[in-house]
Amino acid sequence: MHETIQDSATVTLLWTTLGALLTVATFSFLYRDNPIYKVAEHLVVGVGAGYFLVLLVYTTLKPKLFDALAEGHLWYIIPGVLGVLMWLRFSRKLSWISRYSIAFYIGTSGVSIPLYMYNNVNRQVSSTLDLGMGFGSLTEVWGILIVLGTLAGLVYFFFSKAHKGAFGGFAKFGILVLMIGFGASFGYTVMARISLFVQRIAELEDWGAMLIAYFFS
Amino acid sequence: MNFLNRIVALDRRWVFLFLFVVVSMAYLLRNYFSVDITVTKEVKSIYDFIEKRNEGDKLLISFDYDPSSLAELHPMSRAIMLHCFRRGIRVVAVTLSQYGAGMVEEILREVAAEAKEAYGVDPQYGRDYCFVGYRPYPAMVILGMGENFRVFFPRDYYDTPLDSIPLMQGVRNYDDVNAVIGITSGTTADFWIVYGNARYDMPLALGVTGVMATDYYPYLGNAIFGLIGGWKGAAEYEKLIDRSADANAGMPAQVVAHLTIVLFIMIGNIGYLLSRKSTNAVS
Repeated sequence: MHETIQDSATVTLLWTTLGALLTVATFSFLYRDNPIYKVAEHLVVGVGAGYFLVLLVYTTLKPKLFDALAEGHLWYIIPGVLGVLMWLRFSRKLSWISRYSIAFYIGTSGVSIPLYMYNNVNRQVSSTLDLGMGFGSLTEVWGILIVLGTLAGLVYFFFSKAHKGAFGGFAKFGILVLMIGFGASFGYTVMARISLFVQRIAELEDWGAMLIAYFFS
Repeated sequence: MNFLNRIVALDRRWVFLFLFVVVSMAYLLRNYFSVDITVTKEVKSIYDFIEKRNEGDKLLISFDYDPSSLAELHPMSRAIMLHCFRRGIRVVAVTLSQYGAGMVEEILREVAAEAKEAYGVDPQYGRDYCFVGYRPYPAMVILGMGENFRVFFPRDYYDTPLDSIPLMQGVRNYDDVNAVIGITSGTTADFWIVYGNARYDMPLALGVTGVMATDYYPYLGNAIFGLIGGWKGAAEYEKLIDRSADANAGMPAQVVAHLTIVLFIMIGNIGYLLSRKSTNAVS
């Protein structure tokens, strides 16, 4: 029993050590590109591609094609053939046939056009003009600011009229609004990257604690 | 070469090293700092939504991220699920990320165990939560689930027929869950908004990475009822459920990192402006 626990701890330590070494290998890119970093990079890509291939077979091809065909649903042969035709992209002579599959795939995405229009245009315009959707205590004031900011941002990208006088001033307000937006995005991006970094540090900390516990306790 | 010129010409690897050291130190010494977290309306609205549900109500939580975003999104996933288990809300879990399945299975088990330890509840697979697994092509899956979950998920992750799972009996589509929460690291958030909310009009909330957060604020109030952005959002949720965990532990490092970067930006800009001034004076 004791040996089993010891073995389990050893295996965990080995995997964690591998993870820690790969973390350090990835960080080494910050100094310069190097073979150790390349090994880590290629490992991620290779493992990811292999995992996805197996997953695709077991979650899609098997249940949605092979099992269905085996159960006698012969019309499943049509999407199967369309899928196979995609591979003709690799043939110079026959690559044109793959366009039928692509056309079918792109054609079905037509369902998205009215949904995108409704969601990204209609709803956004109505929400922008809804002055009650601001925040804090001065709801209407913020609402008006959002409307003006949106218009000014659009004016900044309107190049058919020279950016002079009041129009130019409004365009400058537009770039100010855009800069505030970019600043917020930058701040969030820093937070995102630091989150990833801190999580790696946490893993290294755990690895250190695991090493100490394994060898000194 | 004066000091500012040297700073401007500094090899960026020194900046990396400096940031590495100060952020690591801030994280390792986290128990000596505390960061006051202000809870925002967009995070609180998700908390309130779950808080107002009755025991036995159901949520669909879609974990649409892979291990590369685990650091950012796992804390909010944990916090939301803990809240659900504490309130007795049933969770139907799904992933639309190809690398997410193993990760989701693991976190479900871990959080169920954590909920048992923390709140004395005992979430059971099949009764309190279930995991239907992964299917490719998120837009198609979201549309299909709007008709019937069984179109894409006739069986759960463990190959059990959905109708044999007590939790899923009577759950046909989005009409049979109280809301969908998409915890997402990519374009799947757009798909949930367009193909889920705009098409089927179900209540939708999003948890997204920091990089994505500002892109989804315009949808607040019209397409989504709540938004959790990155670690800050997760830290807010942890505060709301009164359970400080990974996100709160990382906030001191976040503060130090932001201050360091702001400092470097200021030094870089001052150096640039002064060097340009001196160049103009010479010419």
